[in-house]
Amino acid sequence: MADTPLHRTPLYDLHVELGAKMVPFAGYEMPVQYDGVMPEHNHTRTHAGLFDVSHMGQARLTGDEAALEAVITADLAALGAGEQKYSLLLNDKGGIKDDFMVSRPDDKGLFLVVNAACKRGDFDYIAATIADRATLTEMPERALLALQGPDAGAVMAEHAPEAAKMVFMQAGWFEIAGMDVMVSRSGYTGEDGFEISVAKHEAEKLARLLLKDDRVKPIGLGARDSLRLEAGLCLYGHDMDETITPVEAALTWAVAKSRRERANFAGADVILDQIANKPEKKRVGIQPKDRAPAREGTEIAVDGKVVGVVTSGGFGPTVGAPVAMGYVPTEFASPGTALELIVRGKARAAEVVKTPFAPHRFYRG
Amino acid sequence: MTETRFTKDHEWIRIEGEEGTVGITAYATEQLGDVVFVELPEVGKTVKQGDELAVVESVKAASEVYAPVSGEVIAINDVLEGEPAKVNESPDADGWFVKIKVADAGELGGLMDDAAYKAHTS
Repeated sequence: MADTPLHRTPLYDLHVELGAKMVPFAGYEMPVQYDGVMPEHNHTRTHAGLFDVSHMGQARLTGDEAALEAVITADLAALGAGEQKYSLLLNDKGGIKDDFMVSRPDDKGLFLVVNAACKRGDFDYIAATIADRATLTEMPERALLALQGPDAGAVMAEHAPEAAKMVFMQAGWFEIAGMDVMVSRSGYTGEDGFEISVAKHEAEKLARLLLKDDRVKPIGLGARDSLRLEAGLCLYGHDMDETITPVEAALTWAVAKSRRERANFAGADVILDQIANKPEKKRVGIQPKDRAPAREGTEIAVDGKVVGVVTSGGFGPTVGAPVAMGYVPTEFASPGTALELIVRGKARAAEVVKTPFAPHRFYRG
Repeated sequence: MTETRFTKDHEWIRIEGEEGTVGITAYATEQLGDVVFVELPEVGKTVKQGDELAVVESVKAASEVYAPVSGEVIAINDVLEGEPAKVNESPDADGWFVKIKVADAGELGGLMDDAAYKAHTS
């Protein structure tokens, strides 16, 4: 493993030029920070941040979309032109193989964006599932940038006014400085913003164009993680994996009602039973009562007995306090339930809270 | 007479008589970024050179601070509990972590002086 050469995104040279500290992530050399996690986090919450997420997997799917529906939670017939949905890829036990975005930006089928660490497995699994009923076309020739923050709409309006008219979870093709880009109004920070798919050879030109705006700064993976954690958004491989169902992950909302009725997806028996009878454990937001961050792996106890584990945790710069999420038995999952977090052997008081920790500020028109 | 010594893990210790004040270097704080939490030992705790003495947390991660010398913790900087950012603002002075009563002054000989530490971090 250690000898596997790391991939680079088309923005590698730009990251280095901008002073990024590069780290290995999901098989890529990625920028973890430029100025520092805290200032980058705060800049994204107050202005706009530009993230390189080109390591993520992009693909088109054409043909019989019902073939894909067999392993996902979205209702694709209900996905209209120009719309995007958050969905989950399932194994046959109802476990989450990945979370991903699916959109219909044109009349050429679906546009999928999946996690970097999962993309090889996802695409192989989807291809095997759809067999000859549909065609999956991977797009390694495309890069992906995310522009996130309260100024993202105004910045986008200067380059692609029509794209800036979209509302949260819409998607379409636009032109920015002569480049054909697929833009969705979505992201992973809890802020308004866009994800912009661009041809690899034009990615640096697009990034430099957006960074010329004083409101936009480059943001690394460190702040990406603290931003999504405050927004209560799951990180695959940490807050969910193949052993966790959408119901346990508190993502039941991503299982379309029409799909529950049809019960025609992998692991539907497990998932529908959990919706009807409650799962044994559940993902919850956790607010530590003091200043000590509880990191991933921290044990969660009730009355001195370990009942669960933190799956994401750290300091939330916008909240100004530590924040965490983790799994507890459903009987302890109600907001207000007192928990203890065992941080370096010391039990520290905490409480189950509703997420997000920092309010979502999506643009809904 | 005071003198300051450094460890390869970026702790400093300023010796005054039998006491040493311990903190982390400006270089260390630059690597860590903004400090959001510091966990200090109890006064009275005895540590051996290289033992975990404190934990310093940035937004990203938790890092251990090791005892530069063996001894007994005789004071802790309580201010860091409410104002962990002091570590970034003043790593060499107000952002100190603990004072240790040095058990074996001979251990200081194995630490770096200012010039050696500068070379270590350049």
